[in-house]
Amino acid sequence: MDVIPAWFKDLYETTGLNFTVFYDPYDWHRYVDGVRMTVLLTVSTILASLLIGAVGALLQSAPSRIVRGAVNGFVVLFRNTPPLVQIFFFYFGIGAVLPAGQDQFGLRQPFIDNVEWAIIALSLFAGAFNVEIFRSGVEAVPKTTVEAAEALGYTRLKAYVYVILPLALRVCLPALNNNLVNLLKTTTLAYAIAVPETLYAVKQIWSESQNVFEMMLVLFVTYGILVGILVWIMHRWEKSLRIPGYGR
Amino acid sequence: MSTKNTQTSADAPLPVLLPFRIEPTRLGTPRLAPVHAVLIGAGLALLAGTAWAQADAAQLSPLDVIIKWAPLLLYGFAFNILISMIAMALGTGAGLGVGLGMLSENPLLARVCWALTQFFRNAPWLVLLFFVMFLVPFQITVFGVRIPLPDWVKATVGFSLPVMANVAEIVRGAVRSVPSTQWEAAESLAFTPRQTMWQIILPQCVKRMLPPWMNLYSLVTMATVQASIVGVSEMLTLTAQVHTAEGGRPELFAPLYGFALFCFFLYCYPIDRFTARLERRFHIR
Repeated sequence: MDVIPAWFKDLYETTGLNFTVFYDPYDWHRYVDGVRMTVLLTVSTILASLLIGAVGALLQSAPSRIVRGAVNGFVVLFRNTPPLVQIFFFYFGIGAVLPAGQDQFGLRQPFIDNVEWAIIALSLFAGAFNVEIFRSGVEAVPKTTVEAAEALGYTRLKAYVYVILPLALRVCLPALNNNLVNLLKTTTLAYAIAVPETLYAVKQIWSESQNVFEMMLVLFVTYGILVGILVWIMHRWEKSLRIPGYGR
Repeated sequence: MSTKNTQTSADAPLPVLLPFRIEPTRLGTPRLAPVHAVLIGAGLALLAGTAWAQADAAQLSPLDVIIKWAPLLLYGFAFNILISMIAMALGTGAGLGVGLGMLSENPLLARVCWALTQFFRNAPWLVLLFFVMFLVPFQITVFGVRIPLPDWVKATVGFSLPVMANVAEIVRGAVRSVPSTQWEAAESLAFTPRQTMWQIILPQCVKRMLPPWMNLYSLVTMATVQASIVGVSEMLTLTAQVHTAEGGRPELFAPLYGFALFCFFLYCYPIDRFTARLERRFHIR
């Protein structure tokens, strides 16, 4: 197990390439915690944004004009404003005026911390895109299928959950795939509100060890691998959901 | 490719699914009755009233703060737009080169360009920004002439890298979508490959490239605020400074950042609508 640290130490002594993360256990733990935080952010925002997308797409076809207008407004607003400003707006703007408790030193202790605000803001941002994607998927379901579900006595909600959404999901998976990869890349913005994710951890490491270039490489490789894993999972999912005889 | 397949299955007597196409959401123009105006007005008054009641009498209300600092904040916003335009221009130029490089007959060049595109497309924008900010020196010396590179120039270059990769993909996709008969026809008319590309294929691609290119521009504009993280004094940095200048009252955060959101929305939403209209006009996909 000591081979890897020894090799990287040797690399540092011979070439000056200082990959501290691979031989310094303290840096390694910081880095791993950062990656873990990125994964946590990604998984939770993906799940929440999928839920927002599915519910939003249902509400966009709601009979009430006010509900439809509200969902459209939400989508348009979140799609056309910078995600970073959204995060700041939530974390500073809303977080500062919400009631907060106090810790034992009498300091302000908000009920929603920065990680949770990052998850909320990123979910809403990606959710707005997902609403549009799901809505397009729902529109691709033929009207006859919906009518058939109605004829079988499905309520609007049940027809949506059991008939329309499963079909819609299959047709919009490629677009969804794109958006979720984007979401993974957008989680770096949580850096701005001091969420200790990968970029934050790596930045701390390079400001202490003065090895910006090496850590930059580590960072690129990390995100490359994370995106690769996500794409692989999505392709597996796409394959397992494929409708036999449809397309290709 | 896949849309073509869905098209064929949609032509079947009982389609499983209709063709998939993302249509951007638009805000319907609400038909406002006087009742709505009264309700909205009352709501705003209530909101302003509660915000005002929290504040001291000596302090400015949030709206007054925004009006007072609007010139500075809008100056910052103009700077954002400037950065986005330069980054877009640089990125488009480079991206055109890389995109055509990907289609090159030379396998080595094609591979290098492909790797470049994949690398810059899959890295988060913020990471690329850090990459340029930290690894490019603050000044360069060319033939004994020292050229200073201020923060914002480096940030602009940092934004143009992902733009380059995305434009390369757009160019490649557009060139690929031109029917191969066009190439054959050009060849039979004795055009050289270079002439074919510049005089026949690319002019046809412009129409297809315009909507995704505008989409990308809107994304770049929204990404420019990330420059505040690396210390460029654009709108978001100025917003934080204004907040400090007004005594750092916590209830000022929401209106100030809300103002920033509003500015970007007013700039990006028309672009989004215009893109959607172009897409429909050109019958893309």
